[in-house]
Amino acid sequence: MALVLSQDEAMLVDSTRGLLSREAPVTAFRALRDSGAELAYEPALLAKLAENGLVAPNVPEADGGLGLGAAAAGLVLQQAGHVLAAAPLLSAAISAALIARAGDEGHRADLLGPIVAGERVVAPALEEGVRHDPRRLETKAAKSGEGWSLTGAKTAVIDGFAADAYVVSAVADGVPALFLVEKGAGGLNVERFVAVDSRNYAKLTFAATPATRLGQGDASAAIAAALDLGRALLAAELLGAADEAFARTVSYLKERRQFDREIGTFQALQHRAARLYSRLDVARGVVLKALRAIDEGDADATWLASLAKGTMTRLARDVMMEAMQMHGGIGMTDDFDVGLFVKRAQSAGELLGDDHFHTERLAAGKWGL
Amino acid sequence: MATLAQEAAPADLEAFRAETRAWLAENCPPGARNLPQQMDASFWGGRNPVYPSEDRKLWFERMVARGWTAPTWPKEYGGGGLDAAQGRILKQEMARIGAVEPLQSLGLMMLGWAILKFGTEEQKLEHLTNITQGKIRWAQGYSEPGAGSDLASLTTRGEDRGDHFVVNGQKIWTTYGHKADMVFTLVRTEPDAPKHQGISFLLIDMDQPGVNAKPIRMISGNEHFAQTFFDDAIVPRANLLGEQGKGWDVAKYLLTFERSSMGQSLGGGQGKTIADIALENMGREGLSREPGLRREVAETMMETWAMNIAGERMFDAGKAGSLSPFSPNVMKLLGTELAARRTRLAMSLGGFDDLARDGQATYDWLQAPPNCVAGGSNEVQLNVLSKRALELPEYK
Repeated sequence: MALVLSQDEAMLVDSTRGLLSREAPVTAFRALRDSGAELAYEPALLAKLAENGLVAPNVPEADGGLGLGAAAAGLVLQQAGHVLAAAPLLSAAISAALIARAGDEGHRADLLGPIVAGERVVAPALEEGVRHDPRRLETKAAKSGEGWSLTGAKTAVIDGFAADAYVVSAVADGVPALFLVEKGAGGLNVERFVAVDSRNYAKLTFAATPATRLGQGDASAAIAAALDLGRALLAAELLGAADEAFARTVSYLKERRQFDREIGTFQALQHRAARLYSRLDVARGVVLKALRAIDEGDADATWLASLAKGTMTRLARDVMMEAMQMHGGIGMTDDFDVGLFVKRAQSAGELLGDDHFHTERLAAGKWGL
Repeated sequence: MATLAQEAAPADLEAFRAETRAWLAENCPPGARNLPQQMDASFWGGRNPVYPSEDRKLWFERMVARGWTAPTWPKEYGGGGLDAAQGRILKQEMARIGAVEPLQSLGLMMLGWAILKFGTEEQKLEHLTNITQGKIRWAQGYSEPGAGSDLASLTTRGEDRGDHFVVNGQKIWTTYGHKADMVFTLVRTEPDAPKHQGISFLLIDMDQPGVNAKPIRMISGNEHFAQTFFDDAIVPRANLLGEQGKGWDVAKYLLTFERSSMGQSLGGGQGKTIADIALENMGREGLSREPGLRREVAETMMETWAMNIAGERMFDAGKAGSLSPFSPNVMKLLGTELAARRTRLAMSLGGFDDLARDGQATYDWLQAPPNCVAGGSNEVQLNVLSKRALELPEYK
């Protein structure tokens, strides 16, 4: 598909933006953060998003979803990035992709509908290292009667503290496999991780924790595909957050006066802003291309996901640095929203691999350097 | 005059691809394939054409006959009448077999588009046909010694004498001025009008005593640019493109083509990738001992890929009618900078051997920086983006 939005996609963007600006402005996120609520998202917002088909729109129609693919999920996340909407959208899309790909019919029927409806929050638990490292898998699964039991630990579980179930990767019979672990399962410890972006994360430990295996055999391909999706979605969210922080910065350049003139009249600042505009313009195509590649089964989809995530991590970091600097002291106060975007960009940049990770992944994997 | 043998292009794109592939396989001679992408090695047409080889002559003539020197221009002016998607397929199929562009020409890249938009029917018939058939080689004459980034301050004068203009002044950075038959220029015809008005777009025949061009040798050794002197040069009124005094509009329109094509072709890279060059020169083993260099290669590859995608997106947006007016500025800025960094990185990868004075790497490296200045310096692009795209205020 062309690297421009279709009419349907443009409508999706408009309606999502409208809904989020009404229901989830940045002030709502700030209030939630200040309340210290452990859930770190608004169930009412999740319900509203689900009502409008915005939760995991990538779930196939056959599984009770809208079947709109990665592109739709990405466009929703991009809009969520604009307002820092704290809703478990990313976990829903990734978990749903894991379940849709690896799960048998029963699991898909039981789980995907409720995820799309916002009735269940299922978090993907794939990470084990301090930095993102998909090759690292030490959690073990052992046969236990009719089912399985897990032993090991997971970290960086997105939307993990509020989740009511987890899709967990573990080694079973010598191959990577996926398991469903319900909240409250025996031997499961869920530790809340209070991150700088005030989102919902957890670290999990499993001690002979009962689990249901999703499908059979090697789940490597399902995991790899879900990681690609997650990376492209995070790139889209980062694009939204960077666009917003940049737009706010440009507005500030037009308002703030020093030396009897708007500071936006200074060429030193103008050219820095114009550079960010240019890089954002190019990145827009990269993110859309990565999302489309997933939907089209493009052979380069996995590399494009890395290109998008790596590009956006670096660009969002640069945008945030400039946003703080150009806002001056006010930009570094907690009362001002710029800091909220700075913090989210750091977390979203780290999750599923930062620019360093993806540059290395492309260097070794795609170009054989 | 050669008769243009043209067939209707099949609407079905896959059929078009198959047919094009077959035609190219049969008609593109071996000597027109897999040649280095170098401007100097191109065929430029003109009144005194210099064919690089017999095969290239044959290839050029066959492509002219098919209207494929300008695949998407109307057939009545010697174009191929293809739609954008077909034009793209043709480029892909040519790239697949390494077919060289049959004709390089500022007429094809730039001037023709302005004539299509601003020209009279007579001008289209005359000039577009001459461009598509490679009969006239064009030069571009915008800049002057005192009018570089501040192009609108140009002072070359065109005196209105009714049925003709008399032109006096000096241009510089005239692309291929000393090799061209005609030059398209910006000339001040109303000296009392405000700066951006009173400029006219004139098509000037260089084969007359009043026009003299001297080549300028650049640090790469190439002589792509010239200084051009006008001393009572005569220009018939028929060679005024667009309205008198409205030449700035024509120039602005043309610059978008120059900027887009510079950004796309340079930013996206041509020929070997920097990763290929790295592996050939150093191998994985050598690269692993210099992680900083390896990292720079990978980052450059990422940026190059991103620029290619940006080019694809610009094409799609153009087709969908949603092209941002600022895309050419973005492409030019980032594409030319990337090309300059990439060609310098290639020098590092080649080490001492790439310091050879007449080597390709040296040439590529030294001819990249001029593109950061030509077509409106990159600082001018940043100004345009600041003022128009971001609408940042101006100091008064």
